[in-house]
Amino acid sequence: MSMDTIINILSNETITTLYLTLASTFLAYLLGLPLGVILILTDKDGIHPNRPINVCLGFLINVLRSVPFLILMVWMIPYTRAIVGTSIGNRGTIVPLVVAAAPFVARMVESSIKEVDHGIIEAAQSMGAPTGKIITKVMLGEARPSLLVGFAITVTTILGYTAMAGFCGGGGLGKVAVNYGYYKYQNDIMNMAIILLVILVQIFQEAGTRLARKFDKRL
Amino acid sequence: MTATQPTIIRLQGLSKTYGKGENAVHALNDINLEIKQGEIFGVIGLSGAGKSTLVRCINYLERPTSGEVFVNDQELGQLNQTQLNQARQSIGMIFQQFNLLMQKTTVQNICFPLEIAKVPQKQAVQRAHELLKLVGLADKTQAYPAQLSGGQKQRVAIARALATNPKVLLCDEATSALDPASTRAILNLLKSINEQFGITIVIITHEMSVIEEICQRVAIIDKSRIAECGEVREIFAHPSSDIAKSFVFPKQQAVKAMLNKNCCRVIYDGQSSFEPVIANMILQFKQPVNIIFANSKNIDGKAFGQIVLQLPDDPPTAGKMLQYLRMQGLNAEELTANDNWEVNAQ
Repeated sequence: MSMDTIINILSNETITTLYLTLASTFLAYLLGLPLGVILILTDKDGIHPNRPINVCLGFLINVLRSVPFLILMVWMIPYTRAIVGTSIGNRGTIVPLVVAAAPFVARMVESSIKEVDHGIIEAAQSMGAPTGKIITKVMLGEARPSLLVGFAITVTTILGYTAMAGFCGGGGLGKVAVNYGYYKYQNDIMNMAIILLVILVQIFQEAGTRLARKFDKRL
Repeated sequence: MTATQPTIIRLQGLSKTYGKGENAVHALNDINLEIKQGEIFGVIGLSGAGKSTLVRCINYLERPTSGEVFVNDQELGQLNQTQLNQARQSIGMIFQQFNLLMQKTTVQNICFPLEIAKVPQKQAVQRAHELLKLVGLADKTQAYPAQLSGGQKQRVAIARALATNPKVLLCDEATSALDPASTRAILNLLKSINEQFGITIVIITHEMSVIEEICQRVAIIDKSRIAECGEVREIFAHPSSDIAKSFVFPKQQAVKAMLNKNCCRVIYDGQSSFEPVIANMILQFKQPVNIIFANSKNIDGKAFGQIVLQLPDDPPTAGKMLQYLRMQGLNAEELTANDNWEVNAQ
């Protein structure tokens, strides 16, 4: 295989990996962020304590988080087909990625908001702030640095999941590593795929940490 | 002035119980209180007495188990959440730990309650600048709370609490995290705000000095109940409950150690302090007395002094001396070796 072909494959699959990662992260936050907020609000010390909702949601999240991603993906094949019509390719990969990542995001968001001093929330209540304002301005606003750190961790975790998806018909650098490294013993290509994955993780992690530091006004 | 003013806060049969059954904790027990418009009202108690719960019931941050809370003639228990939020906009509150938004500048912090009250942003920013000037922080508009000292943070918190022009300002241990100089500055600021805007201030504290410095009336909370309530001067001069005595009597350990029989506490106010009463008494009875403790303080703008004397070990003479002091218009009472002093031995 010529060098040009290799470069071509790697660059295309890097783009696929980025696409899968960012699209899944976006959708996972779309689901996970509200879930994390609901966990906080309905907690027994929260501003709208509701034990049934809190316990059920917590249990559901724990169940989804206990299933290893690869197994979740296989288990989800029929549901994925039902939802997007296929269980392979980008569309077929994003569904299990989001289902695996959303509960992770919910826990990340929950732990970030938990760090916000309860006194600040109490102060907002004393001003007559409605729940919506408390969520957006106080909880999410004050937890911003921690949320950004959590975001970086989430992105790198989902990046890892996309690589695993390469085993089950997903695209991206994981597929390259599996197809060339595992099935064809072409270690050089596998190594290059791994190096690219390492570089991507480094970039996301570093960017997240820097953003968090830049946006933290407590320092 | 307070007697003629209308009532702005009225607590009726207020009780708050945490938990149920055997584990129930009664934080407040049948509290009845009236606070007049424009006064600075103090609530003092030892930690765990229920004073923080009390102030949180005034804006319904804590929902009372039973009883009624009237603020501005509204019974807060009757309001739905939206109405309660509306009512809270006229009840400002400041806290021991300031509770500022750490990720927002001082101006943004002050704009927050205005945003809740749907004041247009431009107007809100202008108001924030005015308020920062009022609290003496005109140069800190772009500062974040982390860049401010404790006293400055409390000033921002006061500015924020005043943003929506509330009628009442609740202060929950607002000076307890501050050094003595900042405490005095914050108390002076509260006093001037009270005078300037006629805002009613409720101060929760465990320090008698805070009460003496700015409050006109005080309620003393002990074991979830109001032990005593009245004018600060009156309670300073004639404390009747044990807990009140423990707050107004001198605090030094050394005084306690020197106390034995035949001690009395003499209170005099600004008018009588010009006469050398004690010296005259010694001359008249030709018997020495031992001055164990003496200090003077400003209570709600009036000079008060207290002296702890050890009278001669001769009951008839000691009795006559007490009578003499009382005839001079001073408030003198015997101090027996009582356990009130123990409370102060912190």
